[in-house]
Amino acid sequence: MSDAPKTAAAPSRAAMKKELPEHFKAYKHVWVMVELERGHVHPVSWELMGEARKLADKLGVDVGAVVIGAPDAGAREAAAESFAYGADVVYLVENPILAEYRNESYTRTLTELVNTYKPEILLLGATNLGRDLAGSVATTLLTGLTADCTELAVDADKSLAATRPTFGGSLLCTIYTLNFRPQMATVRPRVMRMPERHEGRIGRVVEHAVALEEESIVTKVLKFLPDRSSQTSNLAYADVVVAGGLGLQNGENLQLVRALANVLGGEWGCSRPCVQKGWAPAERQIGQTGKTIRPKLYIAAGISGAIQHRVGVEGADLIVAINTDRNAPILDIAHFAVATDAIRFLPALTEAFRARISPHANDRLAG
Amino acid sequence: MHFVVCIKQVPDSAQIRVHPVTNTIMRQGVPTIINPYDLFSLETALRLRDEMGGEVTVLTMGPPSAEDALRKALTYGADRAVLLTDRFFAGSDTLATSYALAQAIRKIGDAWGAPDIVFAGKQTIDGDTAQVGPGIARRLELNQLTYISRVTKVDAEARTVELERRAEGGTQVLSSSLPCLVTMLEGSAEIRRGSMAGALRAARAEITTWSAADAGITDLLKCGLRGSPTVVKRVFAPAPRAEKAKQIEVKAKSRETADDLIEALFEAKPAMQADLEQLAAGL
Ligand SMILES: Cc1cc2nc3c(=O)[nH]c(=O)nc-3n(C[C@H](O)[C@H](O)[C@H](O)COP(=O)(O)OP(=O)(O)OC[C@H]3O[C@@H](n4cnc5c(N)ncnc54)[C@H](O)[C@@H]3O)c2cc1C
Repeated sequence: MSDAPKTAAAPSRAAMKKELPEHFKAYKHVWVMVELERGHVHPVSWELMGEARKLADKLGVDVGAVVIGAPDAGAREAAAESFAYGADVVYLVENPILAEYRNESYTRTLTELVNTYKPEILLLGATNLGRDLAGSVATTLLTGLTADCTELAVDADKSLAATRPTFGGSLLCTIYTLNFRPQMATVRPRVMRMPERHEGRIGRVVEHAVALEEESIVTKVLKFLPDRSSQTSNLAYADVVVAGGLGLQNGENLQLVRALANVLGGEWGCSRPCVQKGWAPAERQIGQTGKTIRPKLYIAAGISGAIQHRVGVEGADLIVAINTDRNAPILDIAHFAVATDAIRFLPALTEAFRARISPHANDRLAG
Repeated sequence: MHFVVCIKQVPDSAQIRVHPVTNTIMRQGVPTIINPYDLFSLETALRLRDEMGGEVTVLTMGPPSAEDALRKALTYGADRAVLLTDRFFAGSDTLATSYALAQAIRKIGDAWGAPDIVFAGKQTIDGDTAQVGPGIARRLELNQLTYISRVTKVDAEARTVELERRAEGGTQVLSSSLPCLVTMLEGSAEIRRGSMAGALRAARAEITTWSAADAGITDLLKCGLRGSPTVVKRVFAPAPRAEKAKQIEVKAKSRETADDLIEALFEAKPAMQADLEQLAAGL
């Protein structure tokens, strides 16, 4: 009920559009919440900046970037980067209390910025931080929020049309926030293209001070335990991804996938059942409940291409399916297919690539 | 200790079909399940109760048939189940849903004691928004703790909690205080099997069923379609790609097939060879 599409009632409701209430008419500009954590900006923020630029140009308004952090912890650098990726204005809040992400302090800060400077659209990454923050900010402001959008557009009457998959990708729906502002949306990493970076592009910085006292923030960050480097992969942002599925028969055969990824200088991944069977760690899962990828080349070996997998790989430039079944759904999205046993074929493909592209790489160890 | 767990009944999405003409979900005959993400929150609540004592109340908003999900939760060992059902809730988006659930949680507090921890699923598999938990937290002014991988300590006397939260690139170790709202990460707990005795008890258990009015919801403008700032204007099926994959002929020697494939790739995307050479060289 709650977040399911309201199919039946949609037409009558859409017809209900009233004129935007007077107090919302002052809301202008398209904002992106820049996710700055421990000196590092999540690339999804720049992907959103690219989308915000397109929307703002259509609307004839500015792109605003919200940069929040502790003093001298990368916020100035993030502001400069925001301009390079298309922002016109940066709303900068520096405060020691904002050093680590905490829902309370960030919700208060972002809500105050929105109430003060009144953006008409506010975009956040559908990351743990973005989803945690977006939900509280939207509820505080009592406005609409569309999660995990795959397409953002401005329609004829200048409303944000946010399209998102629902029911695991079986359907798409386009959602509007008609009579409230800002119109909020989150987008998963890698769903949108990374925009071009314009070195030296500059804009206006609006410094905003928020009154926060540490005593009034209940939740404390006692420690931050960084992931061991072996746990973190660059899967979402890799240019080449090779993935294996149940067709590989057992966990050991995922080694064949790793070997090919290694020769190609790419990353490896898998379908969900491989994670459920304990063949691979969860962070290697690709799809609706795993990572969205956007590589130049995606090779899927022994993966059927169920809708939940498909939604995570559709952004790939070139998709190769190695699958014994010529009717597997993956063939609906693949560009090339090889109908053969992946377990036999992968080593041959690895050797063939090694010979073609890295003649000096014979000493590189597979795995 | 009183733990309230919000669950949702969802269609088993592995078996969903879309009507080719009307583009609506064909729910008939599709089995329903408890949203899988909710189970990790339910399990965590049950374990805390088993360790610390207290009660677990499960709450769902949905059609009358959502009772099945509640009975299942009772089988796992929940102590009490509340079904919030009313036609006024139809068409609720996340804002309206969090309003109704928050009101019901207030009412649960009045009836059986204020909750110490409210649990919700990280997200659902049908709507997938991850927004209802945070919405409830805001409305009830609970400390919001999402993406929790472990609840390490709950101190009933000091009214404090310690938990581990999944963040970008690592784990935040947090301290906070009760009452709070927690959403658990998938895989954070091994889900128990319901016992036979639990199933028998669940079958006989009385489910508390509340209408909007019963839950003390008087402002119907905040409910259902009218309380939802978002409007679904269009529902459609994803466009299938025009052409199917090009089959590379399988030769007797795998190596030959492999060479043919690579040739086809480089022909389709001439820049690819240079890209791959750079990547392979680790540039
Ligand atoms: C709520 C929900 C969320 C989900 N999220 C995800 C997700 O994020 N990611 C995901 O991947 N899945 C997800 N799934 C699961 C998804 O529905 C599929 O079950 C899953 O993707 C199938 O994995 P698979 O392709 O590896 O296995 P299968 O569907 O079993 O396919 C195996 C394929 O291998 C082929 N094959 C068999 N032997 C060989 C061989 N020797 N050589 C070559 N090919 C061979 C077969 O023809 C078949 O096509 C989700 C499901 C649900 C319900």
